[in-house]
Amino acid sequence: MQPKTLVDKIWARHAVSVLEGSDTLLYVDRCLLHEGFWWNVVDALRARNLAIRRPSNIIACADHFVPTTDRSSGHAGIADERRRELILRLENEGRDLGVQVIGMMDPRQGILHVVAPETGITQPGMVIVGSDSHTSTHGALGAIAFGIGTSEATHVLATQTLWQARPRTMRITVDGRLAPNATAKDLILTIIARLGISGGAGRFVEYAGPAIEALSIDERLTVCNMSIEMGARAGLVAPDEKTFAYLAGRPNAPNGADWERALAYWQTLRSDEGARFDQEARIDGSAVGPMATWGTSLDQTIAIDQPIPDPAIESDPSRRHAQERSLAYMGLHPGDRLCDVPIDYVFIGSCTNGRLDDLREAAEVVRGRHSAVPAFVSPGSRAVKRAAEAEGLDRVFVDAGFEWRDSGCSMCAGANGDSLQPGQRCAATSNRNFPGRQGPGSRTHVMSPASAAASAIAGRIASAHRLKTPA
Amino acid sequence: MTPFRLLDAAAVPLDEANIDTDQLAPGRFLMRPVFAELLLHDRRFERDGTPRRDFVLNDPAYAGAEIIVSRRNFGVGSSREFAVLALPAAGFRCVIAVSFGDIFYNNCLQNGVLPVVLEEPAVDALLQALRAYPGLHVSVDLPSQTVAASNCGPYPFSINAVRKRCFLEGLDDIALTDRHSEPIAAFEANYYRAFPWLT
Repeated sequence: MQPKTLVDKIWARHAVSVLEGSDTLLYVDRCLLHEGFWWNVVDALRARNLAIRRPSNIIACADHFVPTTDRSSGHAGIADERRRELILRLENEGRDLGVQVIGMMDPRQGILHVVAPETGITQPGMVIVGSDSHTSTHGALGAIAFGIGTSEATHVLATQTLWQARPRTMRITVDGRLAPNATAKDLILTIIARLGISGGAGRFVEYAGPAIEALSIDERLTVCNMSIEMGARAGLVAPDEKTFAYLAGRPNAPNGADWERALAYWQTLRSDEGARFDQEARIDGSAVGPMATWGTSLDQTIAIDQPIPDPAIESDPSRRHAQERSLAYMGLHPGDRLCDVPIDYVFIGSCTNGRLDDLREAAEVVRGRHSAVPAFVSPGSRAVKRAAEAEGLDRVFVDAGFEWRDSGCSMCAGANGDSLQPGQRCAATSNRNFPGRQGPGSRTHVMSPASAAASAIAGRIASAHRLKTPA
Repeated sequence: MTPFRLLDAAAVPLDEANIDTDQLAPGRFLMRPVFAELLLHDRRFERDGTPRRDFVLNDPAYAGAEIIVSRRNFGVGSSREFAVLALPAAGFRCVIAVSFGDIFYNNCLQNGVLPVVLEEPAVDALLQALRAYPGLHVSVDLPSQTVAASNCGPYPFSINAVRKRCFLEGLDDIALTDRHSEPIAAFEANYYRAFPWLT
């Protein structure tokens, strides 16, 4: 039998029919929707008079528009009327239609890509789609997971399937082990800097190798989360003992006899020896250090102690123009060292870095110190927030001058109104540095929780390592 | 979906790489229906709403364009379908670029906006011609899968055969699946027997 990749195996198990040898009608296990696009999908269903085929397989969670302050006031605490209306539409229509609703005041509430793994909704071998590009996150547990638009989501709700072209596969093998000062965020930023923002274009990327195996589930979620930022359709890691231990006992995970059956199946979910990928790349994990973006696309990333590149020496004209535009937008100059750049704001949270491991990593850096700039933490879910408070992390942050807020997408995308002022420069643990991403004219430097925390203390871009041992 | 066969129209040269979805449709506008000024709003307008004269989409020489010609990674970023819907709302039915963001590309296919991938030299030639002769028509021929403009091209492009048929017939995915719906129930019966914990 021909050796198969993990993606091939999951794909074949979900293929309902294949059209003209290429497009597959793919069965979908779970569809994740948030209030930002819920209304578009429901309006489209109504316009065509379509019913939801399997409501219990659809998860609707409020994350994009929810406020991160004054949660105890409930819906009345949402200043903007339209945001309140769209959150209520998700909660009320979701209940009426019988989908799984995780509303704003639900104790499970949080960012979809934090909530679904931690409640056991995300499981190995699944096909998961979502109305959000960072749905790639869920691949960390060994699922095929990717973002889709609202038209495709409407199709999924009506048919529980999706038309997809045959997947092109890629394996990124990370050798060695991450150094103590390097995080999963630094690793994925390094991968994107190396391969480019279209380096994984259209591919289903399997992350493999000793450095990936050594990562915790939270760290794997961070890596898979940003697969989309190198153009990949999805990213995934083969499930292993860590995955199974993570899932055991979670509310939506199988239990009893089902657990044994599931486990037996999950253990078959790995790429066979000799399986062929359409593309392969290797990264030396031990060479990864603290990284941050300097520009307005995710390939404009360098080590924090490095100088910003000079477009004059870039030979590719398209890349040179992009660098020049980024420098102008970001208000930076070639040769400036990233670690000399003063910042105005720090944001710690998001589906990339809003989990307990991330908050521990940041808290370790700020403990006993004080932030030089306004800074806040938005835990990725209310469960993360409770767990962090049980460890006293909230006190560590508050004592260091950070605001300790509620959970949501918050200042990653600014959809809830958590935005920067024009020209403000932010050290952020989120996933995109696009122009205007954190508000019109905002300047975003994407980095790890440890580096964002160190930057808050230093008042300029910094790595935790350098903070501990001043140059 | 409106069928798409041949488009012969003025084109605007957007000579930049990485036109991301946050620029195409800024996040703060995603709470309300699409409007004509949404497309590249913060590039086209000052904060007070006056058009930015130096931005090519506001150049009267390209008024009435139905095609955008751009560079690498057009539509890179989020899954927001607004980034595509903003295009027809502003009169555009086709984007020609060196490469596209993956989800954006699929969203185009769902909404009758034709995404055309051309090699960099072809895009270079088109951009140059459009700058030299503003108002120049570009001809996009889906049945023959070619793009041409005065002395540029014809340049061949590829498109998935199923998608091409959907465009030519004006068929969206739900209409397509309606023709293939019987196997889904059979698949589900078998699937949930094997994986009862997933129901």
